[in-house]
Amino acid sequence: MSEPGPTTATRGDLSDPAARKSLMTDVERVPGAAKPDPILKVDNIVRQFGGMTAVDVGHLEVQRGLITALIGPNGAGKTTFFNLITGFDRPTSAGQGAHWSFDGRTLDKTSASAVAKSGMVRTFQLTKALSRMTVIENMMLGAQNQAGENLFKSLIRPIWHHQEKEIEAKADELLDRFKLLEKKHDYAGSLSGGQRKLLEMARALMSDPKMIMLDEPMAGVNPALTQSLLGHIQSLRDEGMTVLFVEHDMHVVRHISDWVVVMAEGRVVAEGAADTVMSDPAVIDAYLGAHHDTDLGDDALLTDEAIEQLAEEVAEEAHRDEEKDGGKR
Amino acid sequence: MDEIQQILNSMMSSATGPQTAAVAIAVIGLNIHFGYTGLLNIGQSAFMLLGAYGFAITIKEGIPALGIEPLGFAALVAGVIVGMGLAFIFALILGVPTLKLRGDYLAIVTISAAEIVRYIGRSVGYETLFGLTGGAQGIPGSQYRAPFTDLSPLGNGNSTLLEFNYTDVADGAVWVRLVGWVIGIAIIAAIVHVARGRAGLTGTPKRVAIAGLSVLALVVLLFLAPVNNQNTGVNGWFVTIVAWCVAAISTVVVLFLVKSPWGRALRGVREDEDAMRSLGKNVFAIKMQALVIGGLFGAVGGMLYVLPATVQPDSMGRSLTFFCYTALLLGGAATIWGPILGSIIFFAGRIMIIGISNTYFDGFMSSQESSQFAFIVVGVVLMLLVIFRPQGILGDKRELRFNV
Repeated sequence: MSEPGPTTATRGDLSDPAARKSLMTDVERVPGAAKPDPILKVDNIVRQFGGMTAVDVGHLEVQRGLITALIGPNGAGKTTFFNLITGFDRPTSAGQGAHWSFDGRTLDKTSASAVAKSGMVRTFQLTKALSRMTVIENMMLGAQNQAGENLFKSLIRPIWHHQEKEIEAKADELLDRFKLLEKKHDYAGSLSGGQRKLLEMARALMSDPKMIMLDEPMAGVNPALTQSLLGHIQSLRDEGMTVLFVEHDMHVVRHISDWVVVMAEGRVVAEGAADTVMSDPAVIDAYLGAHHDTDLGDDALLTDEAIEQLAEEVAEEAHRDEEKDGGKR
Repeated sequence: MDEIQQILNSMMSSATGPQTAAVAIAVIGLNIHFGYTGLLNIGQSAFMLLGAYGFAITIKEGIPALGIEPLGFAALVAGVIVGMGLAFIFALILGVPTLKLRGDYLAIVTISAAEIVRYIGRSVGYETLFGLTGGAQGIPGSQYRAPFTDLSPLGNGNSTLLEFNYTDVADGAVWVRLVGWVIGIAIIAAIVHVARGRAGLTGTPKRVAIAGLSVLALVVLLFLAPVNNQNTGVNGWFVTIVAWCVAAISTVVVLFLVKSPWGRALRGVREDEDAMRSLGKNVFAIKMQALVIGGLFGAVGGMLYVLPATVQPDSMGRSLTFFCYTALLLGGAATIWGPILGSIIFFAGRIMIIGISNTYFDGFMSSQESSQFAFIVVGVVLMLLVIFRPQGILGDKRELRFNV
């Protein structure tokens, strides 16, 4: 390395957009590029469901202290990939070169709960609020190392009473931040979909994670709430947390992510900064489709010339593809 | 009127009986499994049966290797330990392969395992085992009861609770009893009124009011239907008092457990295991602890269940498990007092059905048929309960609205 890599000391500066940009300028814009200070490293993870390969990631690194977005069309394997690295699923390639580590700790054989304990906490695409428990109970379950969760200590209240108070104070603080404090004693099942997303995120934060993995945090959330969720995610990064999230909304991705990883058909096809990766031809082909710039709802397109022109384009493309295939043979 | 009084008396003696308390303890264990952790254990009777076998056989045979004589106090203590030990091992054997799977599998495995335990108990093929368990005939209570009854400080003779009862007022005239019942029903109505928060009481005053009214209701009911028992006999006051004390202690232990962060983790597992994993909780360990603790309560219940009876495998089979479930759902799953209330109402209700059909449908059903008829009614009640009041008597209806 020619220049000193950013270390823990410089990470505090990552709340400054320019610092984040300069940090990632030297990173190659290729799939599996090496990062200056990766918190998560993944090698050779393959997951097959029968004959279908859902995930086949050769190498991927996630930079510490940044917001990394994981995008890709439906069925690209994003959620499966999440499940694999968080221990909710086992790679087919386990024991055959599959290897992933978080913050220097190898996670190859670690259970989902141990992964969470090591500081990598996830949320779910379909929110998993614990419905028949109150909001505050949901929150307090998120805290780690609770003495009272030991069966024998749980019977003796003085052992855990003090810690319980501390946890509750912390939960109150987080609930306040996520505007859920007035719902504190309501059942989580009575919350709206968006509030559940907030609750799940707040609950994940109770464990003071080093990295938080959000699976479609904006799905089904109204635009006003989206804004505040985005604010929350950015402030998490500014506090030094690493965020990896799956999202379909390109505006959201452009708006908050410092780095974008694009998956298609189980592979990582491109990586780059949000503004440049969208113009990567691999991304356009694989993810957005060749005609992503064409507004199909535009009446102007319904003229004969426009349709002919489109037909020509398609024919040309087909011809090109044939040539390409021919060349391969 | 005398017929009604007779039915009421037998209902009361069943409601306060030691076996009701014993089943209540097993239901407390089942409540930890099913109510709090969501483990569908359909083999609670096996935990009870194992507890009973361990208890009875250890007392009957002693443990020669440790120098424990049969039928001594040491054998009694050892019996309790062995019975709980068996239930502990049984819980581990059931839990290790099944708790990693989805909930339904535990149901299948527990019901089969309970049947296996019962069939092993009643088998006659293996001489040594038959000598210990007595096969389908079981172990008569007289072979293991002595060290327990020897502990009784109550002496011989009979006692009636309450000593002062309806017969002492105007010679038990009909109007005395009618007034008494009106008062009794009024007190129960008052409890419901307070419990629903309509009386404007909350927190500690509400709890105190409910507790006070409950004691009052118990006194009035015992006044109207006094219970007469031997002090120390087979079904006497000593075993009754011990059984209800153990039930009370169990309730308090469970109260402490479920109000702690451990209890919160149990309910978290019931709601969503994956969410709990994502929060760094060891779901398998939590479920295993719940299975063991609930099973130990089952074993203790089993020991008390056989003290006034015999250890008979067929009387502790599937139907006992379903009694436990009916009592649990009746009282309210995931409530503290539900198991006790449910067991009392269940057993009193069963006796009421048997009594009514014996008294008023005498030509229609024989007494054996009316006992079977009571089981049919129990089944129907269980179904109606699940359909119309799934939260039970004490449950919070709000919780059920979010059944996902």
